[in-house]
Amino acid sequence: MTTHDPTIPPPRRLKPWNAVERGLARVGITGRMLVLIAPLIWLLVFFLVPLAVVFGISLTSKQFGRPPYTPLLTSEEGTVQLTLHLNNYIRLFTDNLYVAAYLSSIRIAAIATIITLLVGYPMAYAIARAPDRWRNILLMLVVLPFFTSFLLRVYALTGFMRGNGVINQFLGLFGIEPIVMMQTDFAVYVGIVYTYLPFMILPLYTTLVKLDVSLFEASADLGARPIHTFLFVTLPLSLPGIIAGSMLVFIPAIGEFVIPSLLGGPETLMIGRVLWDEFFSATNWPRASAVAVAMLLVVVVPIMLLQRAQGAVVEK
Amino acid sequence: MRRGWFLPIAAALGFSFLYAPIVSLVIFSFNESSLVTVWSGFSTKWYGELFRDPQLLGAAWLSLQIAALSASIALVLGTLAAIALVRFRRFRGRTLFAGMVSAPLVMPDVITGLSLLLLFVAMEGFLGWPQGRGMLTIVIAHATFCTAYVCVVVQSRLSDFDRSLEEAAMDLGASPVRTFFDITLPIIAPALVSGWLLGFTLSLDDLVIASFVSGPGSSTLPMVIFSKVRLGVSPDVNALASIIIGIVALGVLAATIIQLRTKPKNRQV
Repeated sequence: MTTHDPTIPPPRRLKPWNAVERGLARVGITGRMLVLIAPLIWLLVFFLVPLAVVFGISLTSKQFGRPPYTPLLTSEEGTVQLTLHLNNYIRLFTDNLYVAAYLSSIRIAAIATIITLLVGYPMAYAIARAPDRWRNILLMLVVLPFFTSFLLRVYALTGFMRGNGVINQFLGLFGIEPIVMMQTDFAVYVGIVYTYLPFMILPLYTTLVKLDVSLFEASADLGARPIHTFLFVTLPLSLPGIIAGSMLVFIPAIGEFVIPSLLGGPETLMIGRVLWDEFFSATNWPRASAVAVAMLLVVVVPIMLLQRAQGAVVEK
Repeated sequence: MRRGWFLPIAAALGFSFLYAPIVSLVIFSFNESSLVTVWSGFSTKWYGELFRDPQLLGAAWLSLQIAALSASIALVLGTLAAIALVRFRRFRGRTLFAGMVSAPLVMPDVITGLSLLLLFVAMEGFLGWPQGRGMLTIVIAHATFCTAYVCVVVQSRLSDFDRSLEEAAMDLGASPVRTFFDITLPIIAPALVSGWLLGFTLSLDDLVIASFVSGPGSSTLPMVIFSKVRLGVSPDVNALASIIIGIVALGVLAATIIQLRTKPKNRQV
């Protein structure tokens, strides 16, 4: 066939697909709908509906039997009756355990987030300013622990911080008495910082690496000291990264269960642990659901903040 | 800008903080003594012990199956969701859809686990399906949150590739389906591989959600590890952790090398 041949046969099309497409189009189904339908239905059924179910069951009461909660809807002589129990929510506000657990979760998550930021920011900055050939290796070193089992990393920390663990043995070489670290709030902070550090570093790095170096030069040329350049140029420009990273640490840390139960002591109150105990030990499903609904309300504002910040991180 | 000593030192300290506990765990996995902190000689006996523990082996096999299945389901769903989000600029319910795709990324595990368990119980009551809980329910739960991760990975790849290739294929008469399989799929293949691997590792790692939605007799590996670890440090868990860390390190290393070879230099996540 020469290039001048005017009658190039059109490429053969996949016959069965065309027939299927035409058939579907006839009943009003477009390709778009076919792409959307599976993930949409899956997420509706296994993400959104479950949240509605949690809300529904939080309005029931515990009972013995299967399932271990009173039915929401009962039909009696043809009339459907809806029974709502608010006692779980009333308990949440009146029982000191719950209030204390929420407050202490927020406190622990907030303090840990700030420490993570203080540890992560210099690391992200160093990676962003590192020579090109180093940068990918350093990034890989940040991501590697993220792929390593979360549970096993928390476990590795217990071996590190125990009474006769690595740190105390090291201190012992200098004649320093062992420090009690495990089963304290301190251990929980270390655990959160340790496991969530990559979540902080990656968005920070993404914003920092895009900053225009000429801005720093201009600032320095105009006589600003490095600390001022950092405070008034770098820091404000990296704000979206700071918010995104902080929320990525703060939100999951609030509901954290593994870290407080392996590293924290019996008095380390966190809401994820309370929910777990309410469900597994007390088998009070309605109460656990109410705890979950209240936890969702606590994280909804941070989630919205995160979405806005993520948009800003990606846009730049 | 003046380059000070602060950043390199901070980074070095940060990286040693990240790696010291892992390194010490790997070292002590070769310790002969069952007292995990006293070094009494090199030995690989804990690794041998590992392979004689039927409970651990069974759990590991179950976890691998669950991870492979849920990562595969999530790969399909997440890719479709990513295509919808990147290519369909406007459609009814887009905000809801985008929210449902990204929310599982940050949803606390205890809420995801509890909500899915309650759903399964309610469904069993109304529909008689799924009967009881076990591998199937864990796969469904894991596929749901892995979908979100796959979607993020595929989305970033889809939004930065040249659409004119697809348009050219369609101009030449290829149907949208054929264009997808012949043009789009090969281009986004690296993202699909990393999305699947990410889903696989996340599923393999999950303790909280699996604890809620599993049934009697279907304990996953993290559940077995957690119950062992709760009782204190056990040397065979050290050995198991070292094996897992070794596999993951090799995998990430390979993935990084592949990415560096195939991707243009300036692309960063």
